[in-house]
Amino acid sequence: MDLSSINPVLLLASLMVAATPIMLAAIGELVVERAGVLNLGVEGMMITGAVCGFVVAVGTNSPWIGFAGAALGGALISLIFGFLTQFLLSNQVATGLALTLFGLGLSALMGQGYIGIKAPAFPDWYIPVLGDIPVIGPIIFQHDPMVYVGLALVAAVWGFLRYSRAGLILRAVGENHEAAHALGYHVVRVRMLAIMFGGACAGLGGAYLSLVRVPQWTEGMTAGAGWIALAIVVFASWRPGRLLLGAYLFGGVTVLQLNLQAAGAAIAVEYLSMAPYLATIAVLVIMRAGRAPGSLGQSFHASR
Amino acid sequence: MTTKTLLASAALALGLATGATAQDTTTVGFVYVGPIGDGGWTYEHNKARLAVEEHFGDAVETVFVESVPEGPDAERVMTQMALQGADLIFTTSFGYMDATINVAAQFPDVKFEHATGYKRADNVSTYSARFYEGRAVQGHIAGQMTESNIIGYIASYPIPEVIRGINAAYLHAQEVNPDVEFRIIWAYTWFDPAKEAEAANVLIEQGADVILQHTDSTAPQAAAQAAGNVVTFGQASDMAEFAPFPRVSSIIDDWAPYYIARTQAVIDGTWESMDTWDGIGPGMVGIGEITDAVPADIKASAEDLIERLRTGEYHAFTGPINRQDGSVWLADGEIADDGTLAGMNFYVEGITAEIPQ
Repeated sequence: MDLSSINPVLLLASLMVAATPIMLAAIGELVVERAGVLNLGVEGMMITGAVCGFVVAVGTNSPWIGFAGAALGGALISLIFGFLTQFLLSNQVATGLALTLFGLGLSALMGQGYIGIKAPAFPDWYIPVLGDIPVIGPIIFQHDPMVYVGLALVAAVWGFLRYSRAGLILRAVGENHEAAHALGYHVVRVRMLAIMFGGACAGLGGAYLSLVRVPQWTEGMTAGAGWIALAIVVFASWRPGRLLLGAYLFGGVTVLQLNLQAAGAAIAVEYLSMAPYLATIAVLVIMRAGRAPGSLGQSFHASR
Repeated sequence: MTTKTLLASAALALGLATGATAQDTTTVGFVYVGPIGDGGWTYEHNKARLAVEEHFGDAVETVFVESVPEGPDAERVMTQMALQGADLIFTTSFGYMDATINVAAQFPDVKFEHATGYKRADNVSTYSARFYEGRAVQGHIAGQMTESNIIGYIASYPIPEVIRGINAAYLHAQEVNPDVEFRIIWAYTWFDPAKEAEAANVLIEQGADVILQHTDSTAPQAAAQAAGNVVTFGQASDMAEFAPFPRVSSIIDDWAPYYIARTQAVIDGTWESMDTWDGIGPGMVGIGEITDAVPADIKASAEDLIERLRTGEYHAFTGPINRQDGSVWLADGEIADDGTLAGMNFYVEGITAEIPQ
């Protein structure tokens, strides 16, 4: 075993990158679930975002516009889910699963002419001064901008849910939609907005894969990342802080296990491969204190 | 008889009935492990399927299901295909082995062809390509191209085919560069671009300047390209969009002639269960163009190696070769037998890693 070949600075730096797509998708889903909606279509929205982002970025030659396109694409496909579940009162679990299947198929269709094409480069930010700090600089301050967008989104969602009036309304809708309705809040409108936000975030997460992480378009490229994001929301007890921890833990152990394998660590590969899942579940379960939003997964209609 | 079996036999009768009405067209089914747009393994199988369609025109109809997980789901997909009247079904991943055998037992009149496996039955053939010949060529080039003497290898599952590839590449890299060292990552997936990219990045961070991959997406190629000074090889497909650098050569699977021949055999009624294992010689394994990023002398010696493999003058596993523990596997000049190769579950001497058990 040659552990000296693992560079801890590079390891921690790649941790932040590995965690970003899951974190982006998970923070969107967290808002959706806090509004009382269970959208299992994260995987489908991610892959749609991945292809939309890629197509737009290649077309405009700008990764930034690509990310905007991905957010828009994710939000649009989530509207289908929103319409079916909020207005036609379809079952949320079944509709979410259908959305995943639909998204996978739609993205394969949209991406037909884009296989093997390269995405425009999305250079890392070398933040002056901060990026020059030894050790911490390369770990935290030398990434592509989307890593910071993801962190900012988590912080914004945390502040929004905790301190803003709108966040309070959203939580009220998620905890007890009938009470919120009785107080005069428009349950369906709040939920539709939350669903669109969730779709946009999932789209960003998907585009992070197709524009930064991989970076190219291949069918089915999210390969289950959306399901991990869903699981992290639950294990993080629907709290943004823990979600950040969960995503970084998952990303970190994933990168660490690959590093250990490459360095020839004397641990069976099977254990290393399951380590990210075990570690994330174990830590978040131990810390677990929250409970699900009261109205999670229930359909609402004003007549009842 | 339970309702379930009644339903099943009704469906079976229906399937046979539709099969009978469509007597003059032969239906060929394909089960894929990844999406047809993966740019690698499944992409090539699908290309061969299209070649079958083109070759036979209206006489043959093809159906396919992509991204079928290895496991019970595969059995369901194959059963469905057989019920819908497929005459010949190609199951194109190692992990479909048991599912293929199980389904074949239920449909004795349907012919099955399982890729890269070793279990056969009266209506189940196996076929594979001697990819290790291509791996030998890759190792030969990689050993001379590396400056850090560290070669990264992204492996999928610890099955004989993958282990054979690692051994072949290592033997031929070590032959030209005794100091070469292999770093192996088991991705436990055939297709997960994000994970493959991560694995490639980790290997590059640990000093590898050549990456060999036995996973199906082009993500490691993109990672190498971003790193700038890392050599890669196309896997299963040419991956020419990354030529001339980082992709300096490739292994190309060419299944079309085999698929056409086997379909013809079904039409003629001459189909028999058999085991096919072809290499560079018959053309099942193609070596993609070696680009000019490879120095001329290395290119020339690689082409010589390809030629000797093609004519059969040289076998990629020719002794003396020791096992990893130092015991003798092949004596000087001895050539590996296909049985040992097909079930290969050990590394050769010099590889420091361990095979996951």
